[in-house]
Amino acid sequence: MKSSSPLKWFGSREGLYYLALAFLLVVILPLALDPFRLNMVGKYLTYAFVAIGLVMCWGKAGILSLGQGVFFGLGGYCMAMFLKLEASTPEATAIQSTPGIPDFMDWNQLTELPWFWEPFHSFSFTLIAVIGVPVLLAFVIGFAMFTRRVGGVYFAIITQAIAAILTILIIGQQGYTGGVNGITDLQTLKGWDIRTDEARTTLYFVCVGMLFLCLFAARLVQNRKLGRILVAMNAQEMRVRFSGYDVAAFKIFVFCLAAAFAGIGGAMFTLIVGFMSPSFIGIVASIEMVIFCALGGRLSILGAVYGALLVNAAKSGFSESFPELWPFAMGALFIGVVLAFPNGLAGLYRSYVMPLEDRLFKRSKPEPKTASAPAATKPSAEKADDYDPMITTYSPEKS
Amino acid sequence: MSAAKSKGTDFLLAVEGLTVSFDGFKAVDDLSFYLDPKEIRVIIGPNGAGKTTVLDLICGKTKATAGSIKFAGKELTRLKEHQIVHSGVGRKFQTPSVFEDLTVFENLEVSYPQGHSVMGAMAFKRDTAVIEAVEEVAETIFLMDALNEPAASLSHGQKQWLEIGMLLIQKPDLLMLDEPVAGMSVAERKKTAELLRVITKDHTVLVIEHDMQFVGDIADRVTVMHQGKVLSEGSIEHVKSDPKVIEVYLGH
Repeated sequence: MKSSSPLKWFGSREGLYYLALAFLLVVILPLALDPFRLNMVGKYLTYAFVAIGLVMCWGKAGILSLGQGVFFGLGGYCMAMFLKLEASTPEATAIQSTPGIPDFMDWNQLTELPWFWEPFHSFSFTLIAVIGVPVLLAFVIGFAMFTRRVGGVYFAIITQAIAAILTILIIGQQGYTGGVNGITDLQTLKGWDIRTDEARTTLYFVCVGMLFLCLFAARLVQNRKLGRILVAMNAQEMRVRFSGYDVAAFKIFVFCLAAAFAGIGGAMFTLIVGFMSPSFIGIVASIEMVIFCALGGRLSILGAVYGALLVNAAKSGFSESFPELWPFAMGALFIGVVLAFPNGLAGLYRSYVMPLEDRLFKRSKPEPKTASAPAATKPSAEKADDYDPMITTYSPEKS
Repeated sequence: MSAAKSKGTDFLLAVEGLTVSFDGFKAVDDLSFYLDPKEIRVIIGPNGAGKTTVLDLICGKTKATAGSIKFAGKELTRLKEHQIVHSGVGRKFQTPSVFEDLTVFENLEVSYPQGHSVMGAMAFKRDTAVIEAVEEVAETIFLMDALNEPAASLSHGQKQWLEIGMLLIQKPDLLMLDEPVAGMSVAERKKTAELLRVITKDHTVLVIEHDMQFVGDIADRVTVMHQGKVLSEGSIEHVKSDPKVIEVYLGH
């Protein structure tokens, strides 16, 4: 990004894809949808954060985590704890036997705020914790697993177990966590009522902004040598190791990166939806997140965003009309992705829509040297562009 | 070279009493051998003699049960794989293991010895030094015209060369090659021998090979392994005429 001017980048094909997504999220959807629906799109987008993380972690580096809900949940709970404390002023909770603590604690006969809730009075601490807590847990898990070379299915099962453990822990420790109901009745953020239509619309735009920050962060990693190592590690871990890289460190990094994205998504979820509960972070939720990523295309960060949007929109649509059919539809969707288009929507786009674009582009501007040659010349021309700058745009599907 | 040998401390690689046991089976059993700087040593021996395991032990892929591996005065048995690479040991595997999704250029670039930490890989820039190093190695391994080809499109022999190139760009002191000409056409074999001759000008090379003619072409000394032990060691003529070697290996 440093090597060429930003303006030039926006004119490139990749830049146009980003612009198209921005246009959809910032202009079309807000104009087309009422605040209620827009809020729902905002909710879907919070899952896109997780899906982007999964693209980096699973699609690129080959580390399948079936427990991303854990990090989503931790980010979300951190934000919810702050909002809950703000809603639990002594005046607002005067009818409780212990005023000034969250209502569910009072119902569970707690008489003082647990120590780990205390720092969440501070908004700056909360913002750090939203990323810091998920990353810390990811680091501990990653360090324990990857330095012992636990990988593949075993790693997936362990992450799934962690998702189960966290859910059980939260539900079991009702007095400290709000239990199965979660942390509800969140009202204001620094005195700003988050339940009004205006606030929800504002939060939607904040969410879109954060999403693009994460997209650019992921894109930066992917286009650096770091990104190439991640992909290389996926295919030839041994060769990477014997090229002098500490494979475990790279795996821990990408797992923490995915956790950070998920944490941000979780915090945005709490703000947009107005509460946080264990049902959004358990095994089922975590597996659904993998499906968003798989459907969008597990190798494409933009695809992941569309995947999260489409699956969630379909889920809402289906659940409104045929609630009992949704699980089957979801299952069918996943089987369809695995069998018919393993690289998801982004893969379909690459193989069917991109060639059309190529033809359009070719007709509109004259090709200097290869005017008569067929479509095969386009990738090599792109490759030649790649060779020059220090950042290579790497696209694993060449066809 | 032989003068340096007698002093003992001038060996580039000193393997002593090396033993590895897999569930009681000793794949390598009390093995000792020494490499001089710039020497080309070929290890031969029947299947299951423990040749590949020796390379695995040196590069850290397998941990030794007992014994020591000293490389340029440094004990390797306690180091992790990437640390061993950083000490100057490069390993080529038997089946070509290159990054198929990346181009030849990127394969070499990834192997360039810089930016090996996570942050280093984030900050790594493709500067002229990198491009020059990649081009120099690409020239050596006959892949100058294929720099922008994905490695997946290369022939088997070219992939073997690319992997050798990926080692060369690391500038290792010791190169370990496991059957570099296996599966190659006659023409490719010839070119590989030529390539090895260029490489051995400024590297120490440890090669596993079955092709006796190829061994004779390149080896300074030959170590014959059998059942995890050294059966015979010396010049190619010496081992060829050794009755023990003829019995277990060459005779068949």
